[in-house]
Amino acid sequence: MTAPMTAHTPATVETAGSPQPEAPHAPYAAIVEAPIDIPALMARVESSGVGAISLFVGTVRDLNDGQAVTGIDYEAYQPMAELELGRIAREAATEIPGIRVAIEHRVGTLRVGEASIVIVAGHARRAPAMAATQRIIEVLKQRVPIWKREHYVSGERHWVDPTRC
Amino acid sequence: MSIPVLLFASYADAFGARRIDVPVDSPCAVADLISAMRVLPGGHVLPKEPLVALNQAWVTSSHPISAGDEVAVIPPVAGG
Repeated sequence: MTAPMTAHTPATVETAGSPQPEAPHAPYAAIVEAPIDIPALMARVESSGVGAISLFVGTVRDLNDGQAVTGIDYEAYQPMAELELGRIAREAATEIPGIRVAIEHRVGTLRVGEASIVIVAGHARRAPAMAATQRIIEVLKQRVPIWKREHYVSGERHWVDPTRC
Repeated sequence: MSIPVLLFASYADAFGARRIDVPVDSPCAVADLISAMRVLPGGHVLPKEPLVALNQAWVTSSHPISAGDEVAVIPPVAGG
């Protein structure tokens, strides 16, 4: 199944022999229900001035705390989650000048192996790009109102509470 | 007055609804609202200081609540 493509307008238009100045980049952040289209998300940070794109993909794994997991329901307080993701992306852009960020978090029922969160960060250099994805996923886990309910082989389903880990 | 409160995930399960109306005295701060929720059926799930958002932004327990605010009492977040 192919996820619907999101509209993408190139940030810069190259002209032979006369590279255009880097266009300002507005961070992109969204909560989505469809499978995340990773190439489309990467395209949002591509630019002629980008020499490194760091990609973080969080996926559903089949084991948690010793219990076999068959899937996860993700629920969000959607309007606030999108606002908070946007705030986090803008904070990263303030802290790391020149960074270009795109984030999608998926909600709904996901199977083992499916991507729940994708963060891409583009920069002229690799170190800032990698630092941005690391920073964003750590802050996201603290601040974005999203919850997950794991499905176990036994048929039980439990909401995950990270404060009890 | 009565404050409509949005609930999600484990809190929605515990209170049996995704939105409840909580009777409180006026004026009301976040801490007053939480105290009023603790005595409702399902209120036992609330931790000492639950996360609260007003108008889709995080607030602390001393923050005042006004009529018309969008209030959400939020379980421990687990995104990613």
